[in-house]
Amino acid sequence: MSTIVLLALTGLGLGALYFLIASGLSLIFGLADVLNFAHGLFLAVGAYGTWWAAGHLPGAGASGAGFWLAVLFGVAAGALAGVLVELVLIRPLYARPIEQVLVTVGLGLAGVALLRAVWGSDPRQFPKPSWAAGTTGVLGAQVPNDRFLLIGAAAVVLVALLAFLRRTRYGLVVRAGVEDRAMVAALGINVRVAFTLVFAIGGAAAALAGALGGVYFGNVTPGQGGSLLIFAFIVVVIGGMGSVPGSAVAAVLVGLVQQFANYYTGAGVGEASVVLLLAAVLLARPAGLAGRTA
Amino acid sequence: MNDTTAAAPLLELADVHVRIAGSHILQGIGFSVPAQGVTALLGRNGAGKTTTVKAILGLVPRTGSIKVGGVETVGRPTHAIVRLGLGYAPEDRGIFAGLTVAENLRLAERGGEPRYDLVHELFPELRKRAGQRAGTLSGGQQQMVAIGRTLLNENRILLVDEPTKGLAPRIVTEVAEALERAASAVPILLVEQNLHLVRRIAGRVVVVEQGAVAHAGGADLLEDAARTRELLGVGRAR
Amino acid sequence: MNARTTTRTLARRGAPLLLALVLLAVPYSTLDVPVLLPGPLNSPGTLQLIAVCLLFAGFALSYDLLFGRTGLLSFGHALYIAVGSYTTNIAVTRGGWSLGAALALTAAVGLVLPAVIGAVALRVNGIAFAMVTLAVAQLGSIIVLSDPDGRTGGEEGLALGGAGVPAFLSGVANTVNLYWLALGYAALVALAIAWSVASEPGRVWAAIRENERRVTVLGLPVLRFRLMAYVLASLLATLGGAVHLLVMGGSTPQITTSDFTLGLLVMVVLGGAGSRWGAILGGVLYTFLDHRLAALGTSGAVADLPAVLRAPLSEPLFLLGALFVLAVYFLPGGLAGLAGRLRPARDGAP
Repeated sequence: MSTIVLLALTGLGLGALYFLIASGLSLIFGLADVLNFAHGLFLAVGAYGTWWAAGHLPGAGASGAGFWLAVLFGVAAGALAGVLVELVLIRPLYARPIEQVLVTVGLGLAGVALLRAVWGSDPRQFPKPSWAAGTTGVLGAQVPNDRFLLIGAAAVVLVALLAFLRRTRYGLVVRAGVEDRAMVAALGINVRVAFTLVFAIGGAAAALAGALGGVYFGNVTPGQGGSLLIFAFIVVVIGGMGSVPGSAVAAVLVGLVQQFANYYTGAGVGEASVVLLLAAVLLARPAGLAGRTA
Repeated sequence: MNDTTAAAPLLELADVHVRIAGSHILQGIGFSVPAQGVTALLGRNGAGKTTTVKAILGLVPRTGSIKVGGVETVGRPTHAIVRLGLGYAPEDRGIFAGLTVAENLRLAERGGEPRYDLVHELFPELRKRAGQRAGTLSGGQQQMVAIGRTLLNENRILLVDEPTKGLAPRIVTEVAEALERAASAVPILLVEQNLHLVRRIAGRVVVVEQGAVAHAGGADLLEDAARTRELLGVGRAR
Repeated sequence: MNARTTTRTLARRGAPLLLALVLLAVPYSTLDVPVLLPGPLNSPGTLQLIAVCLLFAGFALSYDLLFGRTGLLSFGHALYIAVGSYTTNIAVTRGGWSLGAALALTAAVGLVLPAVIGAVALRVNGIAFAMVTLAVAQLGSIIVLSDPDGRTGGEEGLALGGAGVPAFLSGVANTVNLYWLALGYAALVALAIAWSVASEPGRVWAAIRENERRVTVLGLPVLRFRLMAYVLASLLATLGGAVHLLVMGGSTPQITTSDFTLGLLVMVVLGGAGSRWGAILGGVLYTFLDHRLAALGTSGAVADLPAVLRAPLSEPLFLLGALFVLAVYFLPGGLAGLAGRLRPARDGAP
C-alpha cells in the first residue's frame, strides 16, 4: 500500500511538471498555431533565473521567503523570455507556421548552447528549502515533500489558468481564438495581443516548472528542458491541442503510467507505455482527448 | 437622395483584386454602398461574393482601394477595419461552438453601451439560451447569434453573408424581419441567394460575375424575370 | 539564348562530374589550408573530417526526402541512424557476426521497422505526425540509454570491436578507406534520391507536398505514397547509421537524441529544402562548422576576446542556431535558393 501511495504521489508530481510545461505549449499551439520548440528554453531560463537569484539577488536565498522571491524572479524571467520571443521572432512570421516552428527550433538550440557557454554543461546544485527536503507520512508511506510542492503548484496554476480563461475578457478572447482566430479579428479584437499574452503565460508556467524541477532533481543543467519537453509534447497531443483541462488530465495520466510501469516492470517500460498511449489515443481520437477547445 | 448623409457612399470599392493560392478571384471589382438601406450582392456560386466581403474586412490579401466612410482600409489589419464600425455575419456564421451564447455576444462588445435590449427584443430565444453552448444550437439559432453580434454595437454598416442559407422557412421569415428592422437604422451589404428575400428588403443590387461587377442598380431590376435569369443564371425566379 | 542554355546544361551536368573528380582526388592531394582544415588534405584528420561531412550530407539528403520533397515534418529521423549504428554494432561486437551478415540484418531492420512505424504514424498529419515521430524516437533513445542486458553500453556508448571488423576499415592508417566509404554512401543516397524524385512516385510526392487534397481527389492513395517515401528515407538513414558506426568506430547515444534530428532539419533548411544541392550543402557546411568552430573557439583570435563574446563563440551550436534563425528570416530557400536568386536566368525547376 505504501509503495502504491508513494508511486501515485511521485507520478502526480511528475504529471504536475508535465502540466506546467504542457499547458503553455497547448495554449500557444491552440491559439497561434506555433509548435514551440523554444519552450524548453523558457524552462531553462526559469531554472537558471531562480538559481542565479538565490545566489545573487538581494533578499533572495535558498530558503523561506527568499526562496519564493528567487522563484518569482525565475518566473518573471521566463514570462519576459516568452514575450520577447513572440514579439521579436514569431510575429514577423505570422501565417507561416513552418517557419515559425523552425525559428523556435533554432532558438531552442542556440539558447541552450548559450546557457552552456555561460554556466557550463555540468549540473549546478539547486537551492532546496529545508522543508522540501523532508518527508511526510501519508497512509504509511514516507513521501518526499517536493512532490507536494509540485502538485500544489500545478493545482494553483490550473485553477488560476481556468479562472483566467473562464472569467476574464482576455481569457474569452483566447478561448475564442483557439477556435477561430479570423472571426475574433472580425469582431474587432486585436488577437495578436492575445498571442503575446499566451507566450507570457506559457513562458511563466514553463519557468515555474524549471524552478520546481530544479528543486525536484536537486540540480539544473542547460539541457534539462529537452527531455521534459518531449513528454510535455506528448501530453499536449494526448490532451488535445489548445485545451488546458485536457492537458491536465493527460499530464496526470502520463505521469502515473510512467511511474507505475517503470516500477513494476523495468526502466524504460514506463516511457514505452506512454508512447503506446499516445499512439492509441491518436489512432482512436486524432484530435486528442479534448478536441480543439480551450 | 436629398439627404446629405446619403450623398456620400458609406462603402466604396475601386479596382479591388484578390489572388489566393494562384487564382485570381476578384478582378478589379468596384462598387459603392449608400449610407442607407440594403444593398444586395448577387451572383452565381463562385462569382466572388464572399471573397468581396472578406476583402472589405481584410480577411484575404487584397489590392486596390476600399474606403469605409472615406477612410482607406487596404493595408489595415482586420480588427482596425472592423472598429471603423463594421458588423459581420459570415456565411458559416462564425459561431464559437465551445463558448456559450452569452459569451459569443460578450466577445462582440466593443466599448460603448452594448445594445442587449435590441438583440433580445429581436431574438428572445437568445436570452433564454444565454448559458447554452453555441455549438449545440440549431442552425437558425446560430444565425440569430451571428446577426445579434452585429447589432450589439452601433455599427455604420453590416456585412451579412447568406443569412438564410440552410434555414427552415419559418426561421427565414424571422431572420428577414430582423434584417429589415436593422436596415431602418444601418445600411446593410447583403449576400443572398433567396431572391424573394432580396426583393423584399433590398433597395439596390450589385451583380458580380467572375470577380467583377456585371451590373449595379436599383432592385427593380429583379422584377423582370427574364433579365434576372440572364444575369444570375437562376432557373426559377420566384 | 541557345548558348546560355548550353552553358546551363553543361553546368548542370558538369558540376556533379567536377565535384566527383575533386572528391576522388582528395586522398591524393597534399594541399594544406591552414585555418580551415586540421592538416593536409590527405592527412587522416582531414580525411576523417571530410568523411564525416559527406556522411552528414547523405543524412541530410535522406531527411530532405521527407521534409523537402514530400512535406513530412519528422522529428524522429535520428532513430533510424541510431538503429543502423547500434544494430550493426551489437551484431558485430556483441554477437561476433561478420560485418556482411550484420549489414544484411541492418538492412532488413531498416526496411521493416519504418514500414511498421510509418504505417501507424502516417495515419495522422502535420504536427501530430511530427509529435508521434518525436515520441517514437525518444523511446529509442530511452532504450539505448537504459542499456538492456548490457547490449548498448548506455551512456558510455559502444565501441566497435570483435573479429568481424575487417582490418582495412580500422586504424588511423586506413582512414582513407573510411573516406571512400563515406563518399560512396553520399553518392548512393544522392543517386537514389535523384532517381526516386524523378520517378512516378516522386512526382506524386511533390504533388502531396504542394496540395495534398488535390492528390486525394485524384484518387491516389496518399498514405501509401507517403509510406514509400518514409521507408526509403529511413532505409537510407539506417544504412548511413552503419557507415557512421564504421567512420566513428562506435555508437554513442548522442545519435539517438531529438537534437540530432533537429540538426538534420537545420542542415536541410539552411541549405535549401527540396532542392538538388541544398541538403548536401547544408549537411557539409553544418558538420564542418560544428567541428571546426570548436577549434576556432580555442584559437588565439577568439581567446583574446572579452569573456562576454568568447563564451558564446566557443559554442558551435549557438552560432549554428543563430545562423539558422537568420536564414529562416533572410534566406527563404536556403543557400541553394540564394544561388538561384543570384542567377536570375536559371530555370524554375530545381
